[in-house]
Amino acid sequence: MSSQETTITSTEAKGSLMSNLKKMKLQVLVMFGAIAVIMLFFYFATEGSYLTPRNISNLLRQTAITGILAIGMVFVIISAEIDLSVGSMMGLLGGAAAIMDVWWELPLPLTIILTLGAGFLLGLWNGWWVAYRKVPSFIVTLAGLLAFRGILIGITGGSTVAPTTADMGIIGQSYLPDMFSMITTVGALAVFFAWQGKLRKNRTEHKLTNSPVSGDIFKFGLIAIFALGTVLLLNDYRGVPTPVLLLVVLMFIAAFMAKKTAFGRRIYAIGGNLEASRLSGINVERTKLSVFAINGLLVGVAGLILASRLGAGSPSAGTVAELDAIAACVIGGTSLAGGVGTVFGAVMGAFIMASLDNGMSMMDVPTYWQSIIKGSILLLAVWMDVASKKRA
Amino acid sequence: MSQSSLLMMSDIVKKFSGVIALNGVNFNLERGEVVSLCGENGSGKSTLMKVLTGVHPHGSYEGQIIYKGEPLVSHSIRDSEAKGIAIIHQELTLVKELSILENIFLGAEITHYGVLDHSAMFKLTEELLNRVKLDVSPDTVIRELGVGQQQLVEIAKALSKNAEVLVLDEPSAPLTESETRVLLDIVKQLRSEGVSCVYISHKLTEVKEISDRICIIRDGEHIGTQDAERMSTDDIISMMVGRELKQLFPREEHPIGEVILKVGPVNAQLSKSANLKQVDNVSFSLHKGEILGVAGLVGSGRTELMQCLFGSYEGIYKCPVELDGKPIKIRHNRDALNHGIAMVPEDRKRHGIIPIMGVGQNITLAGLNMFSGLGQTVNESAEHASINQSIQRLKVKTASPELAIKSLSGGNQQKAILAKFLLLEPRILILDEPTRGIDVGAKYEIYKLMYQLVKQGISIIMVSSELPEVLGISDRVLVMHEGKLKGLLDNQDLSQEMVMDCALAEE
Repeated sequence: MSSQETTITSTEAKGSLMSNLKKMKLQVLVMFGAIAVIMLFFYFATEGSYLTPRNISNLLRQTAITGILAIGMVFVIISAEIDLSVGSMMGLLGGAAAIMDVWWELPLPLTIILTLGAGFLLGLWNGWWVAYRKVPSFIVTLAGLLAFRGILIGITGGSTVAPTTADMGIIGQSYLPDMFSMITTVGALAVFFAWQGKLRKNRTEHKLTNSPVSGDIFKFGLIAIFALGTVLLLNDYRGVPTPVLLLVVLMFIAAFMAKKTAFGRRIYAIGGNLEASRLSGINVERTKLSVFAINGLLVGVAGLILASRLGAGSPSAGTVAELDAIAACVIGGTSLAGGVGTVFGAVMGAFIMASLDNGMSMMDVPTYWQSIIKGSILLLAVWMDVASKKRA
Repeated sequence: MSQSSLLMMSDIVKKFSGVIALNGVNFNLERGEVVSLCGENGSGKSTLMKVLTGVHPHGSYEGQIIYKGEPLVSHSIRDSEAKGIAIIHQELTLVKELSILENIFLGAEITHYGVLDHSAMFKLTEELLNRVKLDVSPDTVIRELGVGQQQLVEIAKALSKNAEVLVLDEPSAPLTESETRVLLDIVKQLRSEGVSCVYISHKLTEVKEISDRICIIRDGEHIGTQDAERMSTDDIISMMVGRELKQLFPREEHPIGEVILKVGPVNAQLSKSANLKQVDNVSFSLHKGEILGVAGLVGSGRTELMQCLFGSYEGIYKCPVELDGKPIKIRHNRDALNHGIAMVPEDRKRHGIIPIMGVGQNITLAGLNMFSGLGQTVNESAEHASINQSIQRLKVKTASPELAIKSLSGGNQQKAILAKFLLLEPRILILDEPTRGIDVGAKYEIYKLMYQLVKQGISIIMVSSELPEVLGISDRVLVMHEGKLKGLLDNQDLSQEMVMDCALAEE
């Protein structure tokens, strides 16, 4: 090939790479901007009580459940499927956990294992129908939405199962010791930065372009300040809530799985082009089955936190939680067409949803208005995403 | 350049985020004329047509378009269509579940007080179908038509909008020879009716036959426009590529070894009730280091035969395979890959690339296990190294391995897909239409690579609709027709006619 042509193609390509980068950053910026606006708005609307340590603690605890559901959901959506059953499933698993705890008086570890196991199995059930029986996931999980709720009402007899034991309260209501949170955070940050440094070196070695050092230092500085600041703020109240720890740990594991494992890569590939993935020798069915199973497992975690927080198993628990989870993913930049999305974005989306819930509750906004506003914001977020893509 | 030109595009400059895609291109079209637009992939011919048809709206480019003596200002495809400029894309845009009639009047239905006037539309559709010589009922559902017939429906649809300028973007790429003939005849007839056509194709024989003039674009520059009669195929190629291309097929001698693969007898049909066998009792063998060409018209069962061998056929089939004299079971394509049989599929977009993924990740997708260890963690260092190696080896032109593969040209996408399967170090490589929609330069590189591979002892099965290609590079040619094996010919002094005779010979 002539050298002239080579340069043309490469500059052309570089142009779109740059615009890709800009677009990605723009999306993250918009999300942080939205969070800042929401925070400021409620700060003034509630005359400052929105940003007290106590409320931040509440807010983060509220984020935990939607966030964990969103982590599971984001993989389902990336693989170009959907799961409408997670709200009912969470209610069912929370109810089952309450029954094990209250009626059967099982020890906490056993309750946890059985609940997670049940979540895993329900996930497998959904996944089996989708992957091997080729029933569209919308239908399979719509059936689940109805059936799981039915089972829940059946086994609880339609009444609340309460009160749960003090042990059960550990999962959703306890706080971590101040020193422990501080040391873990510093340790985690150190590991994270060292790892990023290694990745950087690695990229340079293989002649891949790195983002500028100054920008990275700025970014990491912000992350460190933000993380440590949050921990300090929470310690000022009662400490980091256990569900928040669970959320953060699960987020990192899931993000690692998404970006650094062959399994994660294959999920993106399947969502990007199912047939091409199949012809590349990827076991498409097994991967989808696993995605749904992992989702079920995470719903189990959320169910445990829910039951523990409520101190009860309620037949109506988790209603429309699936929509919150889907909205969180979408606000976080996940494409319902599949192949695109990040765990971090989904958790941020969950945080935005929780911020709105929390703030509007504090302002005593009637629940019907809350629904209307949340719906409008979802629509707005996706419209902005669509519009920005069109321009680019 | 006379003043009476129907269409004059002058000094068109189009930039994409600062990068020049078209640099002062001139193009003009007379009434009732066919002008072919030739250039390598990425040369800017599609961009030029997008400027003309309003895909790139007025104001997003520099330069002037004069149409029927007035400046053309169009903000969308609809604007252009309303003015009589229509484009037929390579990927057909018909609604498969609707009938011909419904497709033709989609968005422009004839109604009577809000109720569809079926009989009026039926009559008009019949007339249109007559014009494009398509002898089917207007109520036929598109799904039941072949690709060639669908193309004709597209043309009819364009005519229904009183198109005076018709842009055909690679119309013949998915067509068989006989379908292409029909298409060319229609274009000629339209010309005589006063419709002007812009014809884009990589098939230069067609271009030579159909065009009044040929316009050549290279790297966004207008290289020249000349009367078709005064240009030879070689002239066109050297203008397109910017250098003399000695030969199209870089034939190289290579040793051929023992039989390593025996296939057959293969039988395949779509379902139990289907009475037509897509593959009917076909057997063949493959030698080590051999290129076996598979020729046959579209629908001859050649793709299906390869799908059976690769385990990806969707239907009922029997395909006994012996590798190194031992029978192996291939139930799905993972088995085939595990046995060292890889296939580069025919439809790059649908079956080859993961469009939004990076070039690098596309390359390592099939061989990801090689880089992943404990807990499936990908060793990125090893992965990057391997990606760089593949990109160099196959000369994939990309600004960065992380660039989404969809922004590469077809030829480079094809090379990346090849790299993906070569990473698995296959012993047998099936290439289904490896050079479809790829420019001359990239084709040459892929042929070179094929010879390099067979010299290393890899055996290649190449399916192709282009007979010159099959004859140009294969050692033996397997000829299929209507699911049956019609002959296995040694490629010595074979001619296209001999292959066609073999395919169409009555038993």
